[in-house]
Amino acid sequence: MGAQFQHDHIVHFYHLHALDWVDVVNALKADPKKTAALADSVSNAPWGGAAYYKQVAQRLQTFVDSGQLGPFTNGYWGHSAYKLPPEANLMAAAHYIEALRLQAKTARMHAVFGAKNPHLQSLAIGGVTCVKDLNPDRIAEFMYLWKESQDFIEKVYIPDLLAVASFYKDWGAIGGTSNFLAWGEFPVTDKEPDSLLMPRGVIMKRNLQGVKMAQQQQVTEHVARSWYDGSKDRHPFKGETKPEHGDYNTNKKYSWLKAPRYDGEPCEVGPLARVLVAYAKGDKATQTVVNKTLADLGIPVTALFSTLGRTAARGLETVVIGQAMEGWINELVGNLKKGNDKTYTPWKMKDGMGYGLNDVPRGSLGHWVQIEKGKIKNYQYVVPSTWNLGPRDAKGKMGPVEESLIGTPIADPKRPLEVLRTVHSFDPCIACAVHVIDPDSNQVYKVRVT
Amino acid sequence: MEKEKDFYQRLSEHGVSRRDFMKFCTTLTATMGLSATWVPKVAEVFAAPMQRPPVIWLHFAECTGCSEGVLRTMYPWIDTLVLEIISMEYHETVMAAAGHQAEDALAAAVKKYQGKYICVVEGAVATKYNGAYGKIGGRTFLEIANDVCKKAAATIAIGACATFGGVQAAAPNPGGYKGVGEAIGIKTVNIAGCPPNPINFVGTVVNYLLLGKLPELDSLGRPLFAYGKTVHDQCPRRSHFENGEFVTEFGSEEAKLGYCLYEMGCKGPSTYNNCPIAKFNDGTSFPIEAGHPCIGCSEPDFWDKMSPFFEST
Repeated sequence: MGAQFQHDHIVHFYHLHALDWVDVVNALKADPKKTAALADSVSNAPWGGAAYYKQVAQRLQTFVDSGQLGPFTNGYWGHSAYKLPPEANLMAAAHYIEALRLQAKTARMHAVFGAKNPHLQSLAIGGVTCVKDLNPDRIAEFMYLWKESQDFIEKVYIPDLLAVASFYKDWGAIGGTSNFLAWGEFPVTDKEPDSLLMPRGVIMKRNLQGVKMAQQQQVTEHVARSWYDGSKDRHPFKGETKPEHGDYNTNKKYSWLKAPRYDGEPCEVGPLARVLVAYAKGDKATQTVVNKTLADLGIPVTALFSTLGRTAARGLETVVIGQAMEGWINELVGNLKKGNDKTYTPWKMKDGMGYGLNDVPRGSLGHWVQIEKGKIKNYQYVVPSTWNLGPRDAKGKMGPVEESLIGTPIADPKRPLEVLRTVHSFDPCIACAVHVIDPDSNQVYKVRVT
Repeated sequence: MEKEKDFYQRLSEHGVSRRDFMKFCTTLTATMGLSATWVPKVAEVFAAPMQRPPVIWLHFAECTGCSEGVLRTMYPWIDTLVLEIISMEYHETVMAAAGHQAEDALAAAVKKYQGKYICVVEGAVATKYNGAYGKIGGRTFLEIANDVCKKAAATIAIGACATFGGVQAAAPNPGGYKGVGEAIGIKTVNIAGCPPNPINFVGTVVNYLLLGKLPELDSLGRPLFAYGKTVHDQCPRRSHFENGEFVTEFGSEEAKLGYCLYEMGCKGPSTYNNCPIAKFNDGTSFPIEAGHPCIGCSEPDFWDKMSPFFEST
């Protein structure tokens, strides 16, 4: 799980989000010497120097000159909302490529004990199957990959994040939401939720002092605006999923997603929710990295409730979780030294009901199951992207992403790069549609975001 | 020769020696089932053609795990694949453009390269209710597939969903999901698996660039170089099967000894794939090596036909 967070967050920042902030075409105007100087001043990357940045620039130039822009076709290059100087753009473009290679190694951590990534295959109900891999060779292989990944996170990812953020401080007041939910993750002992590294909790109306323990009984899902039969919201134990497809009508039903609510309220889930809950509950490691970042950028705590805060929180929790992983591996080594290599507990399927609450890289994930005569009778899960991107509920309350987009300043409604910044900052797992309305002319622009 | 010189210069700029590169070509050539005499020719494919072959990658009903898998390719590195070998004209997950700008790029690429591009499809196509279960930008998956796949030089279906329908096609299949070939009535190259090993995808693309044609396929459209033998026939635990040495509980002494997983439900005997030889993530491991039975993910309808996964049949 720790490796999953490291991998997902690196790929999200560099490959699914960075180009919302970084103009790669503008990078061609950069002076390699100045870029090298900039890179030396902000990060401690294992590569760099004027010759290195000259080669990267040449590679990009060759690519652009080929006339085949591939995945960069129709990007928003030259848009007035891009604020980085050419040198910062070149540095970020170089790190985009380095991160592509690094992430393949980070993903290998999963394969060491999990057979392959994606879709690891060593989990079985009752434990894991990889007892044969609990040997010094495999553990060393894992540690080597962990170290390389964590070095990248601390020496490149975080410095890049801060460098880019310093040009976009105004985004500390754009794209925020109100309520936050984290089921939490990484139990340090068998006691859950008490011992979670990323704690469980819920924050309403941005009140960090009022953080409360989150309870699964408070969750319901609405289908009033979703293409499912029914109109009443239901707790997942009583959940139904009966498709009823109709036309796309934003006044009636318009989404395959249900609308999850906590105590009747929409909640943002994901890195920002986890970091806010940990911060509010006084977690030392989280408070240290968050306070240092706020001080470095010279922005107040309230700036966390924003697109900038969300993107920063993702990086910061990667540091905290990555650091904790070393301890977990040492614990495993300690157990093996004592001869404890127990990896599995036999079990028998029982009838009844149960739930499981976790946090995965994108946010809070809950499973609710009912088993009858040894078979699943009903199974409902409430996943991060339905929390964040679900439609309105029976009372017309907006979901977090919809709420976050209101008031976003947009320089060019036909090229709404600014909308992408906020939508992508949630790391959505779905495609969605956004309508941009110009308050002066009431002109409506439909924008699809993928 | 000039081209080759340039190429090795660029490689060294990336910190890749000529020796490393030839080693990679040898691995890839062997995976493709070609003899060693092909190694220099495989190397030539990577010597950056002036016009990179256009690829249009479509996403339908899927989890993007196959894209993620290809993102992990180290033979060649993904940045080399995307920047120097092929031209990825459209891929929703990695492209910088979104919404209208992305859809415009798709339309432009289909028009410009009609009959010349390789279409890669990830995900199943909903066929019930005229395809209403899956739409992108107002068009159903069915409409998009009919438009884009039929104008391609060839369509490669990647993963269990695009090849045979995948998890959404499992009973009772509420959306009428099908693999793309069946949904629109075309022949596809099927890179089966959930997800497939990216080396089998890259091998197929290189085969196409090298020989100008698609690799030899089995009756299910799968390249024989990767799917010609069963997992069981290539399994490093095979001798334990022959000796009757089986694991009957995870975490047991037998599991620590790496005995055969047949009694735990392993579907290796009826699954065609090269997992034990190619392995995943730079040759790190594969399910049986991690002590988990094969679940038959490269076979049609494996969710229905291969389950229960943990019981021998």
